[in-house]
Amino acid sequence: MRVNPQHTPYHPRWHRPSMPIFWWVRRWIHARFILRELTSIFVAGYALVYLLQLRALGMGPEAYARFLEMLRSPLAIMLHAVALGFVMYHSITWFNLAPRALALRVGGKRVPDRVIAGLNFVAWIGISAGLLWMTLKG
Amino acid sequence: MADDGQGAHGAGGLTSERMVTFEVFRYRPEEESEPVYQTYELPVRSEWVVLDALNHIKDHIDGTLSFRWSCRMGVCGSCGMMVNGNPTLTCATFVEALLPGPIKVEPLENFPVVRDLIIEMTDFMEKLESVKPWIIRAEERALEDGEYLQTPAQLADYKQFSMCINCLLCYSACPVFGLEPGFAGPAVIALAQRYNMDSRDQGAGERDALLNTDEGIWQCTLVGECSEVCPKDVDPAAAIQRYKLSSTVQWYRNFMMPWRAKG
Repeated sequence: MRVNPQHTPYHPRWHRPSMPIFWWVRRWIHARFILRELTSIFVAGYALVYLLQLRALGMGPEAYARFLEMLRSPLAIMLHAVALGFVMYHSITWFNLAPRALALRVGGKRVPDRVIAGLNFVAWIGISAGLLWMTLKG
Repeated sequence: MADDGQGAHGAGGLTSERMVTFEVFRYRPEEESEPVYQTYELPVRSEWVVLDALNHIKDHIDGTLSFRWSCRMGVCGSCGMMVNGNPTLTCATFVEALLPGPIKVEPLENFPVVRDLIIEMTDFMEKLESVKPWIIRAEERALEDGEYLQTPAQLADYKQFSMCINCLLCYSACPVFGLEPGFAGPAVIALAQRYNMDSRDQGAGERDALLNTDEGIWQCTLVGECSEVCPKDVDPAAAIQRYKLSSTVQWYRNFMMPWRAKG
């Protein structure tokens, strides 16, 4: 935003409160927001595990077997359970926000928010079920 | 001055009165270098809003208390303050809903405080002006050619965003603006969108140069609180997200079809 920096000259008599580092603990709604921002670390974590899995696959059957063994360790399962929780929270809140960004009109009428969010959820569950079926089938 | 009708007798005893404590943020730069809280205890009537209580303090208890107000009916947008930590229009917040108290009244957050409950808002006015919140035409139509017509559906596209009263509650609710004062902010972007989405306007490109930037729409992380506190249901968060979406679609379109890209 290019604005003229001279519009608010320094005024020695104005009180200028600054935001504390932990501004987000004061209100639940802000804490919830920060929690949601943190979920992106777990989303990235999932992507990283997937990349490492591809790398192991490229290194041959033995390396891949070792990688799968590592994924079966209690620590890895625990981390995955925690990550799953955060990623679910991320996804659900994301789909609930979709109607905010999308104002669709069909036949001159605004598509209701619930329908837009609902279609996102249906697609999410459908694709997840498809992937699950492909994985379990093999 | 004697009590001149603030009591219950005016309404034949139908209204009830009770003592409520208000903790009011005071900052008198000629007297104190840091703000203090002053406590006032006053008889409050059941139909009072917080602004009525502040006016009672000003008229009967302490004439030095400074605050802005004008219309008392949620139109002018001057009486926004933090009430119990929430950005609200004090003319639209009933004291009864906040009982038993004490009720804390502070100036809107994220702005410099000039005095008591009065914030400095020049920064917002400059930002608002910079996005040209008026109808821009590439070429003005001659008067004899008549007015610019618009269908009800075209009006519905932007009407919600035109309801903004510049009360700045959304700026107080926005932690992004608190942390990054350069951020254009919810109301400015919503009002820019109000004109961008107006079928008569042709100035979206000019506004885009200011708003499709790091300090424009892309600084918003969608906390969503701006829309929660908006007294006019403008939903600035939606305006910003739709702007992000349309500008992303435009970017891909220019990327895929550079020969059709504009400017």
